[in-house]
Amino acid sequence: MMKSRALLPLVGVAILLGIWAIVNGLKLVDPVLLPSPLSTFHTLWQGMIGGKLGADFLKTVARTVSSTAIAAVIAIPLGILLGSSEKVYRSVEFLIDFFRSTPASAMFPLFLVLFGVGDRTKISVAAFGAALVILFNVAYGVMNARKTRLLAAKVMGASRSRVLFDVMLKESLPQTFVGLRNGVSLALVIIVVAEMFIGSTDGLGQRVFEAQQLFDMPGMYAAIFAAGALGYTLNLLFLVIERRFVHWAGR
Amino acid sequence: MTRPAPRTAAKPADGFDYSHRTAPHVTIRGLCKRYTDATIYDHFDFDIPRGKLISVFGPNGCGKSTLINMIAGLVPPDAGEVLFDGRPLSRVKFGYVFQNYREALFPWLPAFDNIAYPLKLMGVSKPQRKARVERLIERLGVKIDLALYPYYLSGGQQQLVSIMRALIVEPEMLFLDEPFSALDYEMTLFMRDQLQRVFIETSTTMVLVSHDLEEAVYLSDYVLLLSRHPARVVEFVSYDAPRPRTDKTLSEPGFIATKAHCLKLFQREVKRA
Ligand SMILES: Nc1ncnc2c1ncn2[C@@H]1O[C@H](COP(=O)(O)OP(=O)(O)O)[C@@H](O)[C@H]1O
Ligand SMILES: [Mg+2]
Repeated sequence: MMKSRALLPLVGVAILLGIWAIVNGLKLVDPVLLPSPLSTFHTLWQGMIGGKLGADFLKTVARTVSSTAIAAVIAIPLGILLGSSEKVYRSVEFLIDFFRSTPASAMFPLFLVLFGVGDRTKISVAAFGAALVILFNVAYGVMNARKTRLLAAKVMGASRSRVLFDVMLKESLPQTFVGLRNGVSLALVIIVVAEMFIGSTDGLGQRVFEAQQLFDMPGMYAAIFAAGALGYTLNLLFLVIERRFVHWAGR
Repeated sequence: MTRPAPRTAAKPADGFDYSHRTAPHVTIRGLCKRYTDATIYDHFDFDIPRGKLISVFGPNGCGKSTLINMIAGLVPPDAGEVLFDGRPLSRVKFGYVFQNYREALFPWLPAFDNIAYPLKLMGVSKPQRKARVERLIERLGVKIDLALYPYYLSGGQQQLVSIMRALIVEPEMLFLDEPFSALDYEMTLFMRDQLQRVFIETSTTMVLVSHDLEEAVYLSDYVLLLSRHPARVVEFVSYDAPRPRTDKTLSEPGFIATKAHCLKLFQREVKRA
């Protein structure tokens, strides 16, 4: 019973693959536009274990991870600082919300001027976008720390910095992980877009774009699946870390 | 636990002279508190006796929590002063037990570390902390697996952990704001007896806010009956049945009479509105 439940998510996958195989087999869509699942996954496999796709995949991983890491290093301490005083946060709330609402892609030209064509621009735009998401979540996590818990610490004689580190920081962790997961997703989006359009020679975005230009459809689908798998895995990774370190969340 | 020092005790290191131990423990003078829509306290005076358990009882919203929060420094009074044997709060070790144990404990720490946390704040070394928590466990006869995180414990167990956390610093005073009102009845009965045991064991001065008159009388040496706000002392009712009190106490004439007396005063106060 339990086992069959765990297999439930595979049903949707099987259905999609089935429809895809049928559509392809009956040639309902031009096979040039929609190659068979088998040839697509073959291309994916070949590309990943030795082909160019694998190298591009690693490039995108490296860029996404470094931009998220930069974002986290800046945004987490800043978020704690802002969140620990409601007054301070309210005074910069509009700025944060404004830039959070600004599409990060609109910042490319500015960052291009600042950093030139290259990794620095891609990584810094992605870090910028991710940092705002993380910042906002951390600050809210700190601000929404349970009042009773703060009072309890205070009444036990905890100093302000003790309250900050022993209580507010811990209280903000669940929300911080929400921020990290959203941040890494956004960073991946920005990196892939940047790889497509701002003079990149590698990365998954470039791979998708180039395959499309060369009308290499199996190659394009393979790169899309690789990007999807990457996004999913990053999200999952943070979920696993969260379960491990924030065992009390939601209890 | 700060057992009351014997009358002949030498002057302790903190410089306070315990020799006049019969004096009130806490003196409250001219306490005032206003919120925008109401005056809760207007020049309130009261003395809290030493080594007694007093219950604070009164109409809903009359200012019971506000009173103990002002005494414990959680809410600043507008005017007036609260002195502990003539000393300000900052020089007093006290414990506070919240109604909402779920939000008062730290879910990221095992129950044991929750209890030890105040010692950590005081800079007590790790082996020392462990020894002191173990001593407290033994003294109170607690049978809970304290290696567990609080969210694995029942409500009553969590509140017991809160109480232990408040007691670990050997406070000279313990404040409890409706500590059992979030528990089911069975657990409440059990916890009353746990608290009574702690009180008998430690003789710590305790101030218990309760919305349950039976509990208030059963546990206390005195019931402080407050009026609607601005709160005045309606009466400071003494109840001196011997401890440990048990289920039998509840059917004794003295208990019934005291409870009836408090209820009469309470109802008069509620109708007076
Ligand atoms: N922070 C606050 N702001 C405004 N009014 C408050 C605040 N805290 C308490 N009050 C009011 O003060 C009165 C006494 O509150 P409280 O001491 O909590 O009553 P209780 O006796 O039920 O514990 C209530 O009428 C309550 O509405
Ligand atoms: Mg109250």
